[in-house]
Amino acid sequence: MSAIDRTIRSFFLKELVKGMALTFSYVFKEKVTINYPYQKGPLSPRFRGEHALRRYPNGEERCIACKLCEAICPAQAITIEAEPRDDGSRRTTRYDIDMTKCIYCGFCQEACPVDAIVEGPNFEFATETREELFYNKDKLLQNGERWEAELAANITADAPYR
Amino acid sequence: MPKMTIDGIEIEVPAGINVLQACELAGKEIPRFCYHERLSVAGNCRMCLVEQEKAPKPIASCAMPVAEGMVIKTDTPLVRKARNGVMEFLLINHPLDCPICDQGGECDLQDQAMAYGRGFSRYAEEKRAVTDKEFGPLVKTVMTRCIQCTRCIRFATEIAGTETLGGVSRGEHLEITTYVEKTLDSELSGNLIDVCPVGALTSKPYAFTARPWELVKTDSIDVADATGTNIRLDTRGREVLRVLPRLNEDVNEEWMADKGRFNVDGLMRQRLDRPYVRVDGKLKPATWTEALDAIAAKLKGLDGKKIAAIAGDLCDAESMFALKEVMTSLGSGNLDCRQDGAAVDPKVRASYLFNTTIAGIEKADAILLIGTNPRWEAPIVNARIRKRYLKGGLKVAAIGPKYDLTYPVDVLGAGADTLGQFANGSHAFAQVLKDAKAPMLIVGMGALARPDGAAILAQAKAVADACGLIKEGWNGFNVLQTAAGRVAGLELGFVPKQGGRDIAGILDGTRKGEIEFVYLLGADEIDPSHFGKAFVVYQGHHGDRGAHRADVVLPGAAYTEKDGTYMNLEGRAQLAMLAIFPPGEAKEDWAILRALSEKLGKPLGYDTLDQLRTKLYQANKRFQRLNAVEPAFWEDFGHMGSMGAGSTDAKPFASPIANYYMTDPISRASATMAECTEAFVSPKKKTGTHG
Repeated sequence: MSAIDRTIRSFFLKELVKGMALTFSYVFKEKVTINYPYQKGPLSPRFRGEHALRRYPNGEERCIACKLCEAICPAQAITIEAEPRDDGSRRTTRYDIDMTKCIYCGFCQEACPVDAIVEGPNFEFATETREELFYNKDKLLQNGERWEAELAANITADAPYR
Repeated sequence: MPKMTIDGIEIEVPAGINVLQACELAGKEIPRFCYHERLSVAGNCRMCLVEQEKAPKPIASCAMPVAEGMVIKTDTPLVRKARNGVMEFLLINHPLDCPICDQGGECDLQDQAMAYGRGFSRYAEEKRAVTDKEFGPLVKTVMTRCIQCTRCIRFATEIAGTETLGGVSRGEHLEITTYVEKTLDSELSGNLIDVCPVGALTSKPYAFTARPWELVKTDSIDVADATGTNIRLDTRGREVLRVLPRLNEDVNEEWMADKGRFNVDGLMRQRLDRPYVRVDGKLKPATWTEALDAIAAKLKGLDGKKIAAIAGDLCDAESMFALKEVMTSLGSGNLDCRQDGAAVDPKVRASYLFNTTIAGIEKADAILLIGTNPRWEAPIVNARIRKRYLKGGLKVAAIGPKYDLTYPVDVLGAGADTLGQFANGSHAFAQVLKDAKAPMLIVGMGALARPDGAAILAQAKAVADACGLIKEGWNGFNVLQTAAGRVAGLELGFVPKQGGRDIAGILDGTRKGEIEFVYLLGADEIDPSHFGKAFVVYQGHHGDRGAHRADVVLPGAAYTEKDGTYMNLEGRAQLAMLAIFPPGEAKEDWAILRALSEKLGKPLGYDTLDQLRTKLYQANKRFQRLNAVEPAFWEDFGHMGSMGAGSTDAKPFASPIANYYMTDPISRASATMAECTEAFVSPKKKTGTHG
């Protein structure tokens, strides 16, 4: 029996047919890949992407130069300098993040007492030069303005779990 | 010596201390806010509660004297609950603004809330808010953060002796304020910042600049006055951001004067960061080689008698030693470290030291101040005198102008005439000195740095001898130096050699053209018009008076930028460490002199600072014995050869310091010191109510 059976199986290429059948069956199933630049996958509200410095709705910058993010940063990617602003409030004169050092751990946003520094949903910020990844305060505030709607929505969505 | 039991540990403690101190001796940490070892006990924060056996309720350990057989427990559920409750009460009105508070990271309240607090608040009502007070340009106030420990009031009243701080109203309305809108007019006001356990009093110039955890700490010595205050430099990158005092019971205890604390912003301004050579009457930037070549060219073939060197007030011993050796190799004996011409005898140590020592002031019972304002010349010394005064039984008299020294002073006369009456014993206060167990006399630069200084020194010595100031184990003769580098200069012999000229002689020589080359090592206090046509080399760190006149400028290092030995007014050698590197092309001072000696073809015999120090220690062992004071022998002095005792002048004494906040190149370059001058020294602006 076994000898005849094996001969017939190999003669009719049963394994190959079986394999091809499985392959062919996927033609009719739903696609898992997406057409990336035009289509995007879902992101968690906790996604840790590009950094941004937020402002209050009245336009005042949130950051108060407490330097907790600088202290907690395990990669030492953040550099802050501060001095009293003309109105006497504590503000940064320099807020740099070296994005080439950053490991996107999210400790900075955890440490921030005023939700000023956040890691937003943007992950598409590749640059052509290294220097462009040395973010300064202007760039970070710009990011904040550009992404404020998403950032605010993410923080609200995550609030119940904090 | 009462015996007591603390947490089961039996310990014998000195009588008269309090339970908190006893617990510390037993190695138990007691949290506290209002208690401070050097201030009187207030007992109002209640954080130091501990349990005492047989006591009905917890006791405030800071206010309870120890007694025989006491049984103290510092870590029981009762104590923990008590601390927890006190902490919660303190935090009721304390704002949650730690992220913007400068005390954050070094705050007693923060630390103790972490250790003893409950981690959340049950208080939901409104917190109290207090208006901020104006304490002048040095101390920033955020009075809402105040927990009313009253340490600042006690410091100002007891240590600083300016009774301007106090509390008004009661209970929740209690506010710490200056009495009727005054600024804090004290040279020790910076210590309020250290004393404050929370962020209510913080440093104004340092506001929002840095966090304690990002600063690099380096031990150093303050050069703003001759006290030799032990300090810690807090640096970040290439900048000294703040200065804090270190503990040294023999010198500054834990206090520090304002000038040294707040003049550090001057280290970033007006700095010499590259060599300059004067070409066609104008200083032009040059390279090190060009600058040293210009000096070598000028010195070539110049007779040693036509060369002179003057060391300034902020110099370290190493650089003065190197310059002295360079001058020796050039065959010149014209050197002096006494820019102001103070007539002290460099041969006799007792004639220029503070022989009683600063800690020794506490034993004194009668003090005669001669031509000095210790409050401005050495605030730390003045604080010691006040400390002694507060113990009671101290008589202080002064010859010179009337100054507010924070303790009562009898002004006996204005000048040398009154001093003369002491020498022959005819003055009434002379009897007080004679009767005293430990009498002291403090001669200031206001009396010695004048043309008749030598005669006054001789008279002061005569007074010391006549009034019995020198006894077995007690030397009551003191000279109050004002320059940080002066004693080291005198100790290592940066003074005219046999046949050499002193400062007056050098300046006379330059005016007459007999001296053609002057080397200024950080000497900025001399009127440049005296230099005449001489070729002036200035080596130093600031573009001050000396650099403006110089023909060649060599950029050196400030005290924060080099390892240096300084000797304070007691003759105590102390090491200052390098905290940051000198700016631009500036170099350490001894290295500049080593390079110059190479150019002159007479290289100094050392290539490293260690080798230099070995030579320095060989020359004078006292520089090696760090933080030790070697008592000076009471020898004969007061009739110095070239200076000549001569007769005294009737001109009244006056302190050499007209403005405490600006006495050296660093403080003159400091913006903070300029603000202080404006606020405290300049005549007050008249307002409409002045009529």
